Amino acid sequence: MRLRPFSPTLLLIMLDDFMFRAFLAGCGLALAAGPLGCFVVWRRMAYFGDAISHAALLGVALSLGFSLSPFIGVLVVAVIVAYGIARLSGRLFAVDTLLGVAAHVSLALGLVAVSKLSGVRLDLSSYLFGDILAVTRGDIVIVWAGSLLTVALLIWRWVPLLTSTLNPDLAAASGHKVEREQMVLMMSLAVLVAVAIKLVGALLITAILIIPAAAARVFSKTPEQMAVIAIVIGVASVGSGLLLSLYADTPSGPSIVVAAGIYFILANAVMASRRQTV
Amino acid sequence: MTLTEPLISTQDVCLHYGDDVVLHDINFSVSEREIVTLLGPNGSGKSTFLRILIGALKPTGGQINHRNGLRIGYVPQRLSVDANMPMTVDRFLKLGKRSRKQTKEKWVEQVGVGNLLSSQVSHLSGGQLQRVMLTQALMADPHVLILDEATQGLDQPGEASFYRLIEQVRNEQGCAVVLVSHDLHVVMSASDRVICLNGHVCCEGAPTIVSAAPEYRALFGLGTEGALALYRHDHDHTHDHNHDGAQNRDANHKHDRDHDHKH
Repeated sequence: MRLRPFSPTLLLIMLDDFMFRAFLAGCGLALAAGPLGCFVVWRRMAYFGDAISHAALLGVALSLGFSLSPFIGVLVVAVIVAYGIARLSGRLFAVDTLLGVAAHVSLALGLVAVSKLSGVRLDLSSYLFGDILAVTRGDIVIVWAGSLLTVALLIWRWVPLLTSTLNPDLAAASGHKVEREQMVLMMSLAVLVAVAIKLVGALLITAILIIPAAAARVFSKTPEQMAVIAIVIGVASVGSGLLLSLYADTPSGPSIVVAAGIYFILANAVMASRRQTV
Repeated sequence: MTLTEPLISTQDVCLHYGDDVVLHDINFSVSEREIVTLLGPNGSGKSTFLRILIGALKPTGGQINHRNGLRIGYVPQRLSVDANMPMTVDRFLKLGKRSRKQTKEKWVEQVGVGNLLSSQVSHLSGGQLQRVMLTQALMADPHVLILDEATQGLDQPGEASFYRLIEQVRNEQGCAVVLVSHDLHVVMSASDRVICLNGHVCCEGAPTIVSAAPEYRALFGLGTEGALALYRHDHDHTHDHNHDGAQNRDANHKHDRDHDHKH
């Protein structure tokens, strides 16, 4: 699709059916990925995110095997893995290593299973890197429902989550159940993975969680500011990434992550220059 | 609400990590208006015991009872403030439950953290952080204040003024105080009881108020104004002390004076 650069058709592009749908879906994702990504950064849960999102490939295999929608298969596996990690993570040592093993083995298993089950060679790139331009209206509903559910959950548990992140003992002394809050986060992560796999793919979900949040850190003085700014940067990344993919003919999921990465670099450049002037 | 019922009590509490026995046979109680100081060498399990008291850790055996509706004000040793989490002091103080604006303002003023409200928690000095932690604990209107080595980073005048503040809070609010001292011999003079802990209760007693004699000034420094006292240990047993290497080398743990070593 050829476009004249710098023309008023820019607006028309975004209203174009599939682009607009992609943008709308991406905004839904950014809404949940912003605050949840902040917690992934604060609590150093990036490995957990990887484990769940890589295991999601097994969910794809399951859904192919049982003729379910991929969303259901991914959601089921994500929830099971999230639950398992939440229950075990307090008790095990070297959790990072175990998660790494679990994540990559399940990814490989999923790829093997899919190739065996699909008969015809299935293009896996849509599950690995997403296929945001192919979102349907039904997909948008699912994305927004999942995101709104996640955001509602996070808002409901916001103060206990923050307190247990700052100091679990302090949270316990205040009467919060630290393990329950961790379970809330893990379940939210599972829902987000199920929602995001079609948009950015299993390999890039962690990126979409942590990069906007990390960029937002520069401009924030309170956790709430960081959550909101992460949403804004997420939306900007979706928009810029989609435009990039349109102009430069690049795959859309990775382009969104590239855009987020550029914003992260810019944010840190701003921070560095601030330090110099002070 | 009977005055005689303790706020927190434990019976025969023990804690094991596999074969490792960290705590055993701990019988403890704290009642209203009591100030209890816990001390012991590094690795003695005092912080672990504190975590059991606040409900953050479940003991392997034994019982712990909290009075109904007990409100605990906990002052931790440190906050795991990730550099990634932005948090102003003001926002941190607001995280506590149900504290009205007047309560917050009152404690901010009394503890003296008003000038820190817009600072980032991760940028505070040790002493400033302790005062902020104390403010948040007091804002919860606690029945018992539990402090974990709250004066570790402070110099003696700082420590003394912190203890004076705690005593004032106890007198005005009527709350109990359980504090873990980082020093084996110097304690808050207003302590009603001192408990020496090293896996179990080694000894228990009251602190000795040091006279104003000049010999003791060198020990306690100027500006402490009677807030600090000495605690004389009274052990009828010993522990297996490994003196090899740096592991158990605690500069404060002296083996002279009242410790008879037999086992």
